[in-house]
Amino acid sequence: MSLFEIASVHPFFQLVPLVVFLPVLGLLINLLVGKYLGEKGVGAVASLATGGAFAVAVLLAIGLGQVSEGATLTLANWMTVGDFSVNWSFRIDTLSVLMMLVVSGVGMLIHIYSIGYMHSDVRHNEDPGRFRRFFVYLNLFIAFMMVLVSSDNFLMLFVGWEGVGLCSYLLIGFWFEKGADGIGNAKAAKKAFVVNRIGDFGLLIALFLLFHSFGTLNFAEIFEQAPAIAAAAPGAIMAITLFMLLGVTGKSAQLPLYVWLPDAMAGPTPVSALIHAATMVTAGVYLVARSQALYVEVPAAQNIVMWVGALTAFFAATIAVGQNDIKKVLAYSTISQLGFMVTAVGMGATVAGMFHLTTHAFFKALLFLGAGSVILGVEHGHAQANKHAEHGHDSFDPQDMREMGGLRKRMPLTFIVYLLGALTLAGIAPLAGFFSKDEILAAANEKSIAIYALLTAAAFLTAFYMGRQLLMVFFGKPRSVASEKASESPLLVTLPLVVLALLSVFGGALNLPGSHILETWLEHTLEGVTPGHFVLTVALISLAVALLGLLLAWLVYGRKPLFENGQPDPLRKPLNGLFTALENKWWVDELYNTVIVRPYDAVARFSAGVIDQGIIDGLINGMGSMVGSLAKAWRRYQNGYVRSYALTIVVGVVLVITYLVLR
Amino acid sequence: MMPMSYFIGLSILMFAMGILGVLLRRNPLIVFMSLELMFNSANLLFVAFSAYHHVLDGQLFVFFVMTTAAAEVAVGLALIVAIFKAKRTIDLDQMSSLKG
Amino acid sequence: MNFGIHPLLLVTFFPFVGVLVILFLNTQQKQAIRWTALVTSLITFGISLWVLAQFQPGTPGIQLELRQPWLRLDGLSIDFYMGVDGLSILMVLLTALLTPIAILSTWSAVEERVKGFMIFFLLLEVGMTGVFLALDLVLFYVFWEFTLIPMYFLIGIWGGERRIYAAVKFFLFTMAGSLLMLLAILVIGFQTGTFAWSDLVAQREVFANLQIWLFLAFGLAFAIKVPMFPLHTWLPDAHVEAPTAGSVILAGVLLKMGAYGFLRFNLPLFPDATVRLAPYMAILAIIGIIYGAAVSLAQKDMKKLVAYSSVSHLGFVVLGIFALTTQSVAGGVLQMVNHGLSTGALFLIVGMLYERRHTREMSAFGGVWKVVPVMGALMLVVTLSSMGLPGLNGFVGEFTILLGTFGSTVLGSPWFAGVATLGVILAAVYLLVMFEKVFLGPVKVEANLLLKDLSLREIVTLVPLLILIFWIGLYPQPFFNLINPSVENLVSLVSSALLAAH
Repeated sequence: MSLFEIASVHPFFQLVPLVVFLPVLGLLINLLVGKYLGEKGVGAVASLATGGAFAVAVLLAIGLGQVSEGATLTLANWMTVGDFSVNWSFRIDTLSVLMMLVVSGVGMLIHIYSIGYMHSDVRHNEDPGRFRRFFVYLNLFIAFMMVLVSSDNFLMLFVGWEGVGLCSYLLIGFWFEKGADGIGNAKAAKKAFVVNRIGDFGLLIALFLLFHSFGTLNFAEIFEQAPAIAAAAPGAIMAITLFMLLGVTGKSAQLPLYVWLPDAMAGPTPVSALIHAATMVTAGVYLVARSQALYVEVPAAQNIVMWVGALTAFFAATIAVGQNDIKKVLAYSTISQLGFMVTAVGMGATVAGMFHLTTHAFFKALLFLGAGSVILGVEHGHAQANKHAEHGHDSFDPQDMREMGGLRKRMPLTFIVYLLGALTLAGIAPLAGFFSKDEILAAANEKSIAIYALLTAAAFLTAFYMGRQLLMVFFGKPRSVASEKASESPLLVTLPLVVLALLSVFGGALNLPGSHILETWLEHTLEGVTPGHFVLTVALISLAVALLGLLLAWLVYGRKPLFENGQPDPLRKPLNGLFTALENKWWVDELYNTVIVRPYDAVARFSAGVIDQGIIDGLINGMGSMVGSLAKAWRRYQNGYVRSYALTIVVGVVLVITYLVLR
Repeated sequence: MMPMSYFIGLSILMFAMGILGVLLRRNPLIVFMSLELMFNSANLLFVAFSAYHHVLDGQLFVFFVMTTAAAEVAVGLALIVAIFKAKRTIDLDQMSSLKG
Repeated sequence: MNFGIHPLLLVTFFPFVGVLVILFLNTQQKQAIRWTALVTSLITFGISLWVLAQFQPGTPGIQLELRQPWLRLDGLSIDFYMGVDGLSILMVLLTALLTPIAILSTWSAVEERVKGFMIFFLLLEVGMTGVFLALDLVLFYVFWEFTLIPMYFLIGIWGGERRIYAAVKFFLFTMAGSLLMLLAILVIGFQTGTFAWSDLVAQREVFANLQIWLFLAFGLAFAIKVPMFPLHTWLPDAHVEAPTAGSVILAGVLLKMGAYGFLRFNLPLFPDATVRLAPYMAILAIIGIIYGAAVSLAQKDMKKLVAYSSVSHLGFVVLGIFALTTQSVAGGVLQMVNHGLSTGALFLIVGMLYERRHTREMSAFGGVWKVVPVMGALMLVVTLSSMGLPGLNGFVGEFTILLGTFGSTVLGSPWFAGVATLGVILAAVYLLVMFEKVFLGPVKVEANLLLKDLSLREIVTLVPLLILIFWIGLYPQPFFNLINPSVENLVSLVSSALLAAH
């Protein structure tokens, strides 16, 4: 539909391009004139741009409330080559608008938070000039994310998909001269990009397969034909869904491609909250949810998706138990929670998956931003403690939970909201996380007992590591001067935290058992949504498991002072070798290094040295020197005497004549 | 009219003398003269055959050959003079800078 | 609008005017010589836009034809025959665009023998434009060889330390291929009595029995030029030794002559041979993609890395050409342009770093983004374009190539595209490694702290490339509109041979 046509469907719908163009406008303003705006001005422009996108998303939602089937707005023909044609179109339906709301809503809060956070972060890192760059990147991210979720075809989705990957690269490497050996952050960024590219490879192949099976990349046309094509060529659909899964495992950090996400914590904390917890990493879940029509045709692929999700949920939760970096714990927790969502969409419980995606966006953003507030407070305390000391490079790590403790007294507001976030994540009723997780567990219970058991175990570990984190960070006594002197963060930082905390507490209302608002909302887009049901036993078990996890955490970490006199983690003794394995993340990074990275490096060096310079170029140069030495041998016949040349000519002539005569 | 074989015989004789002169003598002037001898042996045949076959092509070619020969001698003598100026000798055996 | 001179003649030979003016300038008047060369090449670019304005995008055939009898030898007719179509129009524009940019990049880089440099450069432009416009095999061969000589001197006189070795290697490789092509041209000429492209396409049945051999003879010349694995080893040497402007033109235009040759001659003249040999060409192209990417990763010299990356990128182009679907061939043509833009810009930036520090070893840099933010940002955009990020030009080309290749009936298997797509991952690896080693991390070498950011002139050299990088990435349709009709024509011509084969 064109702009005029869509206005007749619903006047709000014609606003949809703004969700992309407002952030682009914001980034252009900041890029071109941001220099003269000052920090507040830059932050305000960026936040307003995202806020504007949020407002548009709200209007679209209102429009959808009246015209529930939505519409598609075609902006331009992107490319047409032969029988391949792709438009840049916006698809307005309940699923895409839900994602827009989450992305721009949480995004706006994080923009506001970043004004305060980056103000002190750029000073801590001694480059205030980079403040503006941060907001340019953030707006670019929002724009690409909007392209991703608003697309009406797989190619534009892929454009957004890679675009957000680029922003992730830029923001992880935001402090590109920092990190381990000064290059750690840059390496983390590169790792994220390359691992994501492996996933994108899968998605690209899926796109090619889609085009050659369906003759189009348009969502509506593909989903319409899906049953027919699936009947004709089930193998093709199977391949499409599995290659798509590879893309999902990259972007949504699932086994086996999750390894980039923990390293991505090198980015500034608002980035971890926005990109690596709330929005970008959920793109994979969105993709599976969007392609539900394909997945339902091949139950085997659905099973694989489900297993990948469940295994990731459990596996990442185990690693989170052994981490001491406040953000790393949250990172593994994110991987684990993404596993829950992937399991849900794999089982066909799409609404539950999207529900958890939404609540997770709230409480995980809250936790990350809370962690950021903690880090700011500790950095501040560290600066206070070192005020008179020589200003130099020290090895103090403001993210190490072993150096914290007792922060609830120093940072009361942060403590309260963090506590709420942690309890939500742990799944304590009646907070939002309880309801969304419970829906997934209920669906798993119906589908497969093994999946259910894995997820419940993961839920138990979740409660345990969050309890551990709370106790290590906020309770007990301060374990370093820095945390002793830590101070509460400014209002610009804490205000978004409060809003997110409220969302985390009441977000469950979106899809309460009985009301099912989200379900009726998504029904218009997703076909064959089965109403999720509330199973009392499942709910009780999950609540019990969560409480048990918290209790166990208190038993281990809460009763006596921790880490005094170099005391090891209390878990180390009972778990022994297992704890070392958890601490070292099951050595997966090392495994990948040995199996993939180093062999490829060796192959590259072998190709460049032995094959290219040695064999191929050696052969060529060998031919060259062969000609050279032949010439050397023959030049003896060139003695320089004219008369001997003449003799040669005569002999030649005689020979030719003899031949001609005797022939 | 003299038999054709006479002309051919004389021509062969002149040509052989020319070859031997080029191959055996060390003085470039003599070598030049021997070259001229070879040219002229060819010219002789041209003219003879021309008369024999009653066509003018052969005589035409003789003029070409004579022009070429004159040009060649002009260039050659100039070269010899230049070489003499540089090397103070015109002995052919001394000129072997082209040795590979 | 008509100046009384055929536009194609004007666009090809206008640089001669500049050469003539420069000949009369004093060697010491360096600025005047530079300005003359720049203005000449800019006017040439203007003329190329005029050609574009007269070009009808919707028609598939040859346009603006210019055909005059040139030589008549014993029944053989050699024509002065030029024309432009969708395959060549973008190449002509690319040549005309890159030449002034390359000349501008030499402003402070070339101080010695400026006169000779500029003369050779303008002569080179004549040769390159001629190659893309010539439609008579003999004329094409003349232009083809004509490009060799200025480039030989540009490398051999203004090059780096091993310039003689590199120049001779470049010359011999190309000669070896093109002599076989000459032989093939003569065979075709003697069999048909004409060398004109359009006549030959019509009469291709005449030499159909020899076409495998003819394909191979032409193909060898083109494959060396592209360069395809394993005939690529002249390229890194030539690039490393060539002056920056030479590298820009070498990568931007000269390599494209090879790929263009395949499209212009091999496909339409020898369709059966094309169909039969396509899988082998595709396999070599894929080896080139993967191998070039792997070898790039192991390089320490930036220019060498970019040179090997060309092997990988041109592999995509050749793969697209021999997949013989509309998408893949059109993508291949567009990717030729893309590679010219991205790699040209990469060489320019590497050259700018070299001018500042007189080294191209990556280990001599590190963390310079902090010191030269503008250069860092532009390098990032160019790097991303080279690795095919959506929204920038490289993606559009690579995606269409791979999409077309995936469904190619000639290759008959999705494996070709599948393996080639791996190159997308590997490209990210080596390009990001380069960006990381040079621009990211802390500044470790003192000298880098004093690096100057880009001057206005340097920004002006890069901006046209960046504009096109974004334009093609965001809205490629105008370019496809130019390419598509000719490509569709070509593909249907070859696929009729495919149908006949079955």
